[in-house]
Amino acid sequence: MYKIINKEQFSENVFRIDVEAPLIAKARKAGHFVIIRIDENGERIPLTIAGSDLEKGTITLVVQRIGVSSNKLCALKAGDYIADVVGPLGKATHIEKFGTVVCACGGVGTAPMLPIAEAMKKAGNKVIAVLAARTKDLVILEDEVRKVSDEVIIMTDDGSYGTKGLVTNGVESIINREKVDLCVTIGPAIMMKFVSLLTKKYEVPTVASLNTIMVDGTGMCGACRVSVGGETKFVCVDGPEFDAHQVDFDGMMSRMGAYREQEQAAFAKYKESING
Amino acid sequence: MELTDRNAQWRDELRYSMSNKERTEIARVKMNELDGEYRSHNSEEVNQGLTKEQALLEAKRCLDCPNPGCMTGCPVGINIPSFIKNIERGEFLNAAKVLKMTSALPAVCGRVCPQEKQCESQCIHLKMKKPAVAIGYLERFAADYERESGNISLPELAPKNGIKVAVVGSGPAGLSFAGDMAKKGYDVTVFEALHEIGGVLKYGIPEFRLPNSIVDVEINNLEKMGVKFMKDTIVGKTLSFDDIKAQGFKGMFVASGAGLPNFMNIEGENLIGVMSSNEYLTRVNLMGAAKDEFDTPVLKGKRVAVIGGGNTSMDSVRTAKRLGADLAMIVYRRSEDEMPARKEEVKHAKEEGVEFRTLHNPIKYIGDEKGRVKQMLLQKMELGEPDEKGRRRPVAIPGATELVDVDTVIVSIGVSPNPLIPRSIDGLEVSQKGTIVVGDNMQSTIPMIFAGGDIVRGGATVILAMGDGRKAAAEMDSYLKNS
Repeated sequence: MYKIINKEQFSENVFRIDVEAPLIAKARKAGHFVIIRIDENGERIPLTIAGSDLEKGTITLVVQRIGVSSNKLCALKAGDYIADVVGPLGKATHIEKFGTVVCACGGVGTAPMLPIAEAMKKAGNKVIAVLAARTKDLVILEDEVRKVSDEVIIMTDDGSYGTKGLVTNGVESIINREKVDLCVTIGPAIMMKFVSLLTKKYEVPTVASLNTIMVDGTGMCGACRVSVGGETKFVCVDGPEFDAHQVDFDGMMSRMGAYREQEQAAFAKYKESING
Repeated sequence: MELTDRNAQWRDELRYSMSNKERTEIARVKMNELDGEYRSHNSEEVNQGLTKEQALLEAKRCLDCPNPGCMTGCPVGINIPSFIKNIERGEFLNAAKVLKMTSALPAVCGRVCPQEKQCESQCIHLKMKKPAVAIGYLERFAADYERESGNISLPELAPKNGIKVAVVGSGPAGLSFAGDMAKKGYDVTVFEALHEIGGVLKYGIPEFRLPNSIVDVEINNLEKMGVKFMKDTIVGKTLSFDDIKAQGFKGMFVASGAGLPNFMNIEGENLIGVMSSNEYLTRVNLMGAAKDEFDTPVLKGKRVAVIGGGNTSMDSVRTAKRLGADLAMIVYRRSEDEMPARKEEVKHAKEEGVEFRTLHNPIKYIGDEKGRVKQMLLQKMELGEPDEKGRRRPVAIPGATELVDVDTVIVSIGVSPNPLIPRSIDGLEVSQKGTIVVGDNMQSTIPMIFAGGDIVRGGATVILAMGDGRKAAAEMDSYLKNS
């Protein structure tokens, strides 16, 4: 059992949860994820690690309430326990001095980007972060990202904060004004797809961190498989980061909907159960 | 020892109580099974075990050979005539004790071992053109009798020697190793990546063939013997090999199994509804996906094709039937004679209404507008010349294809070794296939690391994995005592 030490609400549906997992806190690097199972009847879901505190022995997860599991997780309080947390999984981000690195994040994607931006900065890169969200309230971790970036560009769909526009508009404005050596993108699949299309046009090498369906997360089931450069790869052991220009995002998005009907039915049942 | 001494007085008397001719004239017992139609809608165990009377009679069939061939066919070296003769004299608990001298999981082996290819294949009865003694059924009987009696005995343990050894993976190889090392007095910790102990016994083999409660009893016994289990811990990730050494472990046995499922790399294989047998079985067996109260979903296909002819394929197709498939079909590129699955599994599958499309091979999957598989294109095959293993090679019949409607396809054509450990330990020699390279003594290129089971073999059976665990325990013991 893994104790929740701290919980904070970032926006209506986004929460930060710090979980006691000292071994993972010690071993994790930027880009790693964990698999959690909330309770004895829970499913195994992957969540990217947003940070850790070695002294407290905690890891930070940022979760958006969408379906049953994320809602169950966000309903837990500090002092409650999560049945299982296992990791750190996946390959760590490849960090080196590239030059100028653009970190293009959408929504909760900012959370797993934070340790990557931090590591890129530490390696001597110039880090420019683009934080995109639908509206001002959904921009998260801005101060934390500012601390590890040379520049932060905020983009909102409705123009309520920063510049009105999409993440791609922000990235394109940077590419148009200076040489970008690497782009890292984390967010909804559709967003990463468009970032990838854009940077491909400008021939900017781009890495995307994929968030596919997983069961075991250790290379056993193949639920997470995705086509990269025409070859089938397992996100859990070969990724989660891949050359974005090689990823078949359409195939990935289709597979992410594999259980949509079951998920919707389960969520309706869940809402009914909590509303009594 | 009295229980295993062939010259003990009780054993002599038993042997001469009946002539060999009388013994060989007894017909081999038939396993009691649930009705095929009834069981194809639930997860109840198909094989119901033998009654006392059946076991007593079957035990009489064993001739108690002076040089028992059966024992040479057992990867863990169970003293087979001794346990059977203890059954014959009605000492069922003693029979279980004999089993546990060399096997950490007798109730499991009695259910899932391919006895017909091992111990029973060497039985003297076969030379007389009679069916072999039902060693597997008797093994299961003795183990079940002991468990149900509540008088579970622990094997004798050597005094604790205080030496810490680590085991990576809690499947059959790891558990077998852990049991033997605990008996030898070592301080054993088993690290398991998943949230359940048991490896393939839990996530892979379905409830109707091996109930989880049976596996749990065997794991509890190991705990009582002092074996410690750490779930949610991946060696190479959560704990590095350096961490293991720093914690004072003097030896490490890697039994991380064959994780990575193989696919055929044909068109449409990433469509929704096409999945590995590992995924399908893990969802149902480990995650409880077929039950309402569990959160994990599973596709309950109505027309399900399982690609492959092994035991895992049979487990998958029979699971599909139980989840409500109208059509549950095995697609296999050779004929039934070449199928690697146990005859019993094939028979059970047929009784449950599974269709067999042998001499067929999928070459393409076709999806609907939502990206879900709706059809598969099968290539008809015929048998050609034998391959290097002597199995006749399947050859495509030009132009003979067939389109079949399906909504779920389960690919069950084997697995590759799990890459996590090999990738995370520097200096560990790994073959091109990704298996850990070990010598005859199961030792890897890093002296304190031994390995066995599917991570070495690349995909085998529960009992071969257990045999490896046992051998590695003996070898590591002598390595640690001499270093």
